[in-house]
Amino acid sequence: MSIGRPLAHDAAALHVTGQARYVDDIPTPAGTLHLAFGLSAIAHGTITGMDLSAVRAAPGVVAVLSSADLPEMPDCSPSAHDEPLLATGTLHYLGQPVFLVIAESHLAARRAARLGTIGCAERPALLTLDQALAANSRFEAGPLIWARGDAAAAIAAAPHRVEGRIEVGGQEHFYLEGQVALALPQEGGDMVVHSSTQHPTEVQHKVAHALHLPMNAVRVEVRRMGGGFGGKESQGNALAVACAVAARATGRPCKMRYDRDDDMIITGKRHDLRILYRVGFDGEGRLAGVEFTHLLRCGWSQDLSLPVADRAMLHADNAYFLPAVRIESHRLRTNTQSATAFRGFGGPQGMVGIERVMDHIAHALRRDPLAVRRANFYRAPVDSAGGRLPPAPPEDISEQKMKAGQPPARPAQAQAQAEAQTTHYHMPVEDFIGHEIVAALEVSSDYTARRAGIAAWNAANPVLKRGIALTPVKFGISFTLTWLNQAGALVHVYQDGSVHLNHGGTEMGQGLFQKVAQIAAGVFGLETGAVKITATDTSKVPNTSATAASSGSDLNGMAARAACETIRGRLAGLLADRHQAAPADVVFDGGRVRVAGADYSFAEVAAMACQARLSLSATGYYRTPKIVWDRVRGMGRPFFYFACGAAVTEVVIDTLTGENRILRTDILHDTGTSLNPALDIGQIEGGYVQGAGWLTTEELVWDDRGRLRTHAPSTYKIPACSDRPPVFNVALWGRANREDSVGRSKAVGEPPLMLGISALMALSDAVAACGDGSVYPALDAPATAERVLMAVRRQRGD
Amino acid sequence: MSEIAFLLNGTPVRVAGEPPTRTLLDWLRQDRGLTGTKEGCNEGDCGACTVMVTDATGPRALNACILFLPQLHGKAVRTVEGIAAPDGRLHPVQQAMIDHHGSQCGFCTPGFVVSMAVAHLQGRQDHDDVLAGNLCRCTGYAPIIRAAEAAAAKPAPDWMPETAPGFAFPPVSRGGPAPGGGADQSPPALFLPQTTGELARWYAAHPDATLIAGATDVGLWVTKDLRDLAPVAFLSGIEEMRRIDRQGDRLRIGAGVTITDLMAAVAPLYPGFAELLRRYSSVQVRNAATIGGNIANGSPIGDGPPALIALGATLHLRHGDDRRDMPLEAFFLDYRRQDRRPGELVEAVTIPLQAPALRCYKLSKRFDQDISAVCGCFNVTVTDGIVTAARIAFGGMAGIPKRALAVEAGLIGQALTPETAQAMKPLFAQDFTPLSDMRATAPYRLETAANMLVRYVADLAGQPVNVLGVRA
Repeated sequence: MSIGRPLAHDAAALHVTGQARYVDDIPTPAGTLHLAFGLSAIAHGTITGMDLSAVRAAPGVVAVLSSADLPEMPDCSPSAHDEPLLATGTLHYLGQPVFLVIAESHLAARRAARLGTIGCAERPALLTLDQALAANSRFEAGPLIWARGDAAAAIAAAPHRVEGRIEVGGQEHFYLEGQVALALPQEGGDMVVHSSTQHPTEVQHKVAHALHLPMNAVRVEVRRMGGGFGGKESQGNALAVACAVAARATGRPCKMRYDRDDDMIITGKRHDLRILYRVGFDGEGRLAGVEFTHLLRCGWSQDLSLPVADRAMLHADNAYFLPAVRIESHRLRTNTQSATAFRGFGGPQGMVGIERVMDHIAHALRRDPLAVRRANFYRAPVDSAGGRLPPAPPEDISEQKMKAGQPPARPAQAQAQAEAQTTHYHMPVEDFIGHEIVAALEVSSDYTARRAGIAAWNAANPVLKRGIALTPVKFGISFTLTWLNQAGALVHVYQDGSVHLNHGGTEMGQGLFQKVAQIAAGVFGLETGAVKITATDTSKVPNTSATAASSGSDLNGMAARAACETIRGRLAGLLADRHQAAPADVVFDGGRVRVAGADYSFAEVAAMACQARLSLSATGYYRTPKIVWDRVRGMGRPFFYFACGAAVTEVVIDTLTGENRILRTDILHDTGTSLNPALDIGQIEGGYVQGAGWLTTEELVWDDRGRLRTHAPSTYKIPACSDRPPVFNVALWGRANREDSVGRSKAVGEPPLMLGISALMALSDAVAACGDGSVYPALDAPATAERVLMAVRRQRGD
Repeated sequence: MSEIAFLLNGTPVRVAGEPPTRTLLDWLRQDRGLTGTKEGCNEGDCGACTVMVTDATGPRALNACILFLPQLHGKAVRTVEGIAAPDGRLHPVQQAMIDHHGSQCGFCTPGFVVSMAVAHLQGRQDHDDVLAGNLCRCTGYAPIIRAAEAAAAKPAPDWMPETAPGFAFPPVSRGGPAPGGGADQSPPALFLPQTTGELARWYAAHPDATLIAGATDVGLWVTKDLRDLAPVAFLSGIEEMRRIDRQGDRLRIGAGVTITDLMAAVAPLYPGFAELLRRYSSVQVRNAATIGGNIANGSPIGDGPPALIALGATLHLRHGDDRRDMPLEAFFLDYRRQDRRPGELVEAVTIPLQAPALRCYKLSKRFDQDISAVCGCFNVTVTDGIVTAARIAFGGMAGIPKRALAVEAGLIGQALTPETAQAMKPLFAQDFTPLSDMRATAPYRLETAANMLVRYVADLAGQPVNVLGVRA
């Protein structure tokens, strides 16, 4: 059986030998042109005129396009049609593309792009949250507010109260492969585009729209990305559209890749935000009421900011029951890069808020933060006999049950649901396993003894202080825009028994292709190597959703399984007929097909089917059951299930400089019945380090003109090798998903990132060790050495 | 110089007619179709373009994105495509990376593989240092380290002949036209001298030329600023500039000595300086960057000068055949302005052999491969319990590397105690008015600079003051 085996990434051998081909590695036809954008040098203003004569005269330049040349400016937005490819009169941020250079080489295009003169009337720029708030500059008419109960009254009546705020910085994706696209003009005006994108269908749609072509005239192919992390969900649109427009204009293939500095200056990042909180609680730290205000800096265009901000609200509870709650979310428009999707999609930001609250309450009560967290966990749902809830039965997703607009029927779980607490958006939490995970992790990490040992160590060390924290994760799995929760696959079996697999998901390093291949191989009883993994292609599987929201394996794995089962059904039917057996008695295993004493190779069966004139090609389709969601009211079941996990991080800080290190991390994470434990552990280790980086060293700095000053790896510091925890214990929880997901596995792309919150809370613990308990550390993120030192000073009354 | 000759994955190649600042990375990818070597940042910070470059001194990892073709003259280059055997057998580090799931998106992987292959040849086990110059955004590094550890015990492959002792490298031809340039008296576009004298006389005649040693800074003038640098002289062929000599009670370090070689030389003499250099960028950069370049470019945040100033270094300048010496701190006049005449070059620097009290502290946002926010170097002499001499120099605190003269003066005659260190704090504001930038704010710089003196006192007293020394 191929499912569940810790197989290497399907392209590992290609990666290590340099043979894995990324878009910029694809051999280009002779005459291929190269593009670069000329960028706005101001954050806000009106274009008064442009002198591009020097650009046009520069060596190697073939053409230069600006708004004057494109009266109908193509749009690159994934949402609100508010992202012109090139600025059309107003300059919205420093770094916005204003003109497009088409040249004979990448270097010639880059050189020429610096020669343009953009005349502009500068206007005051809204760069900060406070400026945007003061100007009431926002997306949507006002804040989105969700409430349950009377939070203000609950807080007022509670025995204890705290309030505070935390600033949480954004995050640059820093995919190692920068944004890139290549457009190849075809006969009859058609266009083929190779794009480093998580969302080929969107690129197809935007290119078709820009060229006034139907979508069937544009084919987008993505073999792999050199990292995505959400940064290639919408941010690749501009390059693909630019290439297509330039290819149309010149009749020649066009390629565009951003130089790293341009990439960081042009593209969006994780939303930074400020969270204000006010909570009331009892002497155990149990919440009575909580109020959050989220202020998100969304940048110049809407992009994906609304669903990102929604997901921040949806994760304002994390693993905790909020009896009375009010969340107010402001989506502020600023003259900065348009903040976009980033692993967790707002979830991490929302979760930092409630973890901060837990830490603050524990400090106020002088209790172990773990005890306070536990006191607030969602109740573990139990059945009427007091045991764990049984697995939910498979959803009937047959055609007749999938009529449009009709919400899928609920299985009879009313009894269990009566036991389950509901989230602040009224979804019963039927599968919260945080109690068990945390209990197991507390033991395996030796949390209690180490916490005592750290206190003793701190008492003996005046300069260095250590801290420790355990934080849980409960992350909702599904796109909150419900219709996106669908996927398709296309599978061919050739007459030699080899299998060609295609689906709508994209590979960005997460191992999706291998997981889906394992599923497909499993259906046919083949080794995974017998399944050829092929590039994502909009002409094979249409109308796909972005590979995002951790959903890649859940959706595409199910679709591929359906396609494979269709073909297997045909093969089984053929053999059953020939051997007077039932199709169910035909066994596919170990590359063999057995029925009624006969034993064939899979290839023999494929050849037989071909000669019997059976189709050996099938599509598969899947849509996620159970989910319904009303985002304006904040009510429904937006998620199919929750993925859980917990992490313990220990840190040390230097009280003279604020320098800090992670010393040890222990993680126990829930991936259901893992499709591939090696790939899952890889996602967990990498997600944790990326999350810890977000909250420690990864600091984005803009100056007062709106210029991003951290626009290269020399100034923007993602974790380096030695920043990983030197002791790093990662284990999988390993129990089956309660819901009928593919192989009863759970999504793993995003949830582990939020395990990194434990690093921020451990730093808070270490800072608190510098004081007498009277002052809460109130550490903002990222907790750079400078921020840690300032927090230490506050502890010491400086 | 009409032609550059080197070995590429074992095969001799000759390159002619290229601009002298064509990068190896662009040439590999665009002209040779060797696309395994990746461009991640184009500034030497991510390591995705790492290649192995071998000469008679052995193999080194270098960043191909800021490596100009003439720097390869007479050497052997091996890209990721040449790490496996010609028949496809994998190098032990490649197999270990597969076995331990060390690649996810795979884009950084070729660079890691090359760095690991070089370290494997050298028998290095300090994987965190070896790989500090290779960024990975997917894995969190843990599986890569597991792979490096697993591969360490495997024998080195036999298909890299240039790494074997006694290998005959391509002959190096004489370095270009005679000083004074071509027949039309215009300066040659490219000059590859083999002696300091040749260089000094040529540079005196062409003071507008750019001298390129490691190109770890100049490389960015090309890849990021898109500047034309011609005429240029490459210093990589000057053997005598790479020498480190004992001269009585001092150590003379040639300007062409790489940070890697400097680190090895100073490790037994001043461990604190070596530890500072361990955190000087990354292996790839230290293998290329020279101490002469680090001094001559006059950066206020270079990590070499503060330590050298604290040691009491003497700088040796040369203009044609004229030489002059000065205390290193006198060389730095103002932001990016040095006491260097047009056509004058840095030939060497000398430092005393003894400095038992030298300690160097680097403060940066990230520990490895980051530029200092503050770099403080302390060399205080205590005689009979009383400070009798003090040399304290900082980077990141002014427009130049600069001594803390007021603090030094304040310390003289005092006992070196925590109380003294606290009492000195106000003097730092007399010495320095630092800037705020993306690395740190001015108040933070001032405070931590003063706190470094507190740390120094505790450090000399043997107290634990370094978070890097703490284990879980």
